[in-house]
Amino acid sequence: MAEHFHRRVLEHRAALFAVLTTIGISIGGLVEILPMYSAELGPQALEGVTPYTPLELAGRDIYVSEGCYNCHSQMIRPFRAETMRYGTWSRAGEYAYDRPFQLGSRRIGPDLARVGGKYPDAWHYEHMRDPRTTSSESIMPVYDWLLDKQVDPDDVQASVDAMRTLGVPYPEDLDVPAELASQSAEIVESLAGAGIQSAPDTEMIALIAYLQKLGVQGREAVKEGK
Amino acid sequence: MATDSPNYDDAVVRKFIIATVVWGAVGMLVGVILALQLAWWPANLGLEYTTFGRLRPLHTNAVIFAFTGNFIFAGVYYSLQRLLKVRMFHDVLSNIHFWGWQLIIVAAAITLPLGLSQGKEYAELIWPIDIAIALVWVAFAVNFFGTIATRKVKHLYVAIWFYMSMVITITVLHVVNSLALPATLTRSYPMFAGMTDALVQWWYGHNAVGFLLTTPILGLMYYFVPKTANRPVYSYRLSIVHFWALVFLYIWAGPHHLLYSALPDWAQTLGMVFSVMLIAPSWGGMLNGLLTLRGAWDKLRTDPLLKFWVVAISFYGMSTFEGPMMSIRSVNALSHYTDWTIGHVHSGALGWVGMSAFACLYWLVPKVWNRRLHSVELATTHFWMATIGIVLYVVAMWVSGITQGLMWRAVDEGGQLAWPNFMDTVTTMIPFYWIRLAGGLLYLSGLLVMAWNLYKTATAPEPKGA
Repeated sequence: MAEHFHRRVLEHRAALFAVLTTIGISIGGLVEILPMYSAELGPQALEGVTPYTPLELAGRDIYVSEGCYNCHSQMIRPFRAETMRYGTWSRAGEYAYDRPFQLGSRRIGPDLARVGGKYPDAWHYEHMRDPRTTSSESIMPVYDWLLDKQVDPDDVQASVDAMRTLGVPYPEDLDVPAELASQSAEIVESLAGAGIQSAPDTEMIALIAYLQKLGVQGREAVKEGK
Repeated sequence: MATDSPNYDDAVVRKFIIATVVWGAVGMLVGVILALQLAWWPANLGLEYTTFGRLRPLHTNAVIFAFTGNFIFAGVYYSLQRLLKVRMFHDVLSNIHFWGWQLIIVAAAITLPLGLSQGKEYAELIWPIDIAIALVWVAFAVNFFGTIATRKVKHLYVAIWFYMSMVITITVLHVVNSLALPATLTRSYPMFAGMTDALVQWWYGHNAVGFLLTTPILGLMYYFVPKTANRPVYSYRLSIVHFWALVFLYIWAGPHHLLYSALPDWAQTLGMVFSVMLIAPSWGGMLNGLLTLRGAWDKLRTDPLLKFWVVAISFYGMSTFEGPMMSIRSVNALSHYTDWTIGHVHSGALGWVGMSAFACLYWLVPKVWNRRLHSVELATTHFWMATIGIVLYVVAMWVSGITQGLMWRAVDEGGQLAWPNFMDTVTTMIPFYWIRLAGGLLYLSGLLVMAWNLYKTATAPEPKGA
């Protein structure tokens, strides 16, 4: 019966065949993706996690652009061996402002979901300049061009504007150049404390700002039981 | 014989074939360079454009969309015209499809090393290129459905069902996963955030595997294996059942990439359950392919094309068993984040996709250039180089993946991590990275042997005897 229908009817009607195929491939996606927008079934927001500052956002764009996710994950699974190594497991609400998500799929290097605050700024500076200085057997490439490339405030402004359009709660009067300047000044000062002289507007500074943000607010929120 | 043969467009098939071989060599060469970089980090020569992070997307995009894409298009354009006894709908569309696709690949090869990336795995290309992909794909879809609409054969052969599922599904996947708001000419932010973005991306990523690397090649299998073996397809009924099951089940499996992540549990479970169910339609396809060779097994000794097909279909069966196993949470807990995944992907890509492509190319080039294959011996040599290459690659990744997974979770008697220093788990991998490099080099060398063989075939002076 069914075989007869398939042979005599369906295989002669291309449009019907295409429509049935479209329905067939649509159901799974709809059932899985739509509930993500439901309050009960979707990911739960975590209180205390704030949007990336302009400098952190610039650093995140560098992280994405360099393809760091090809070697580093940002998702700690709820296993004892993982929480011992990396800290408490990752919650969905920690990723609310992540566009694109950067969970990664391979740990050629360690997970970075909670790398924020784990090392001083100077460690990250040295590590990116030449990973062998901090981890003698590292297979990570040298990223010394981050020291020369500059972050363009207009570019960051465009990113902030786009994020705001997407619903990220940046205040309308956010002064992007001033925010960039004040946060990078803090990092430059902390580097100076370790004897490192750095210009304030390099990609290196922005990337350090991003890495130092990773997982910190989420960890605090979990600790406070939010 | 085809006396009233309706003036098929084989020029576009020839172009897609050349592009397949060229981009295959480029994509695999980049893969070999990446393999070297993991074994010996200075191999990026200190340049920002050649770091692992920027080159890996070039490797994956080149192999998936340039090598496999062009191979599928060559096979589809050749077989569709013959199955429907009609020329492709419109030559202009065929050319827009061919040249547009190559321009997109060139754009990818320029932008990715420059660090212009959306940062979503297998969907790294920036938004202007995403729009170009959508437009070129629409040209292909119009050409495809136009050819079907003007067909001279009413009946749609099983191969065409599989091609159709690709044309439809890739459109949906690409459009939805690329929804983003541009911030600048080269940067955009996705509509979806966080775990929702992750779910959409892996719905896309897994089904790009399903509907670009699997279903169209199954369609090509249904056309080329019976042609090569000179046998009819084993079971018509099986082809119906496994087609519809595959089309319906595949799309659910994406969340198996996010097991034990912060994705809601119900979604993870759906992904796992449907992945396990996928064994049935996948093996349906494998059995239908292998059993089509019943009564032709003796030809396997002499015909390198059938050798390629048998290994391709066997790897399809192997990786569609391995995949569902890795989608079981407790197995995934060990395999996730390790080289096991990389090995799994490559048994699919090198084993199933690559070997199918070689089988089709050795069949197609003599046909569309109207020459005899230059050397059967060289094709057999290629077969062994490729097979040994895959085995070295996959075994090295199994060992390194399982080893690293076990080292990460190992605890000593005191309950403390046995290898608290992550670096220990990296240095243990290095010997396996060298073995993987050797396997990849062997596979690439085999491809170059094929390129030479096909070049000599196409440029041979006299047409085959009348």
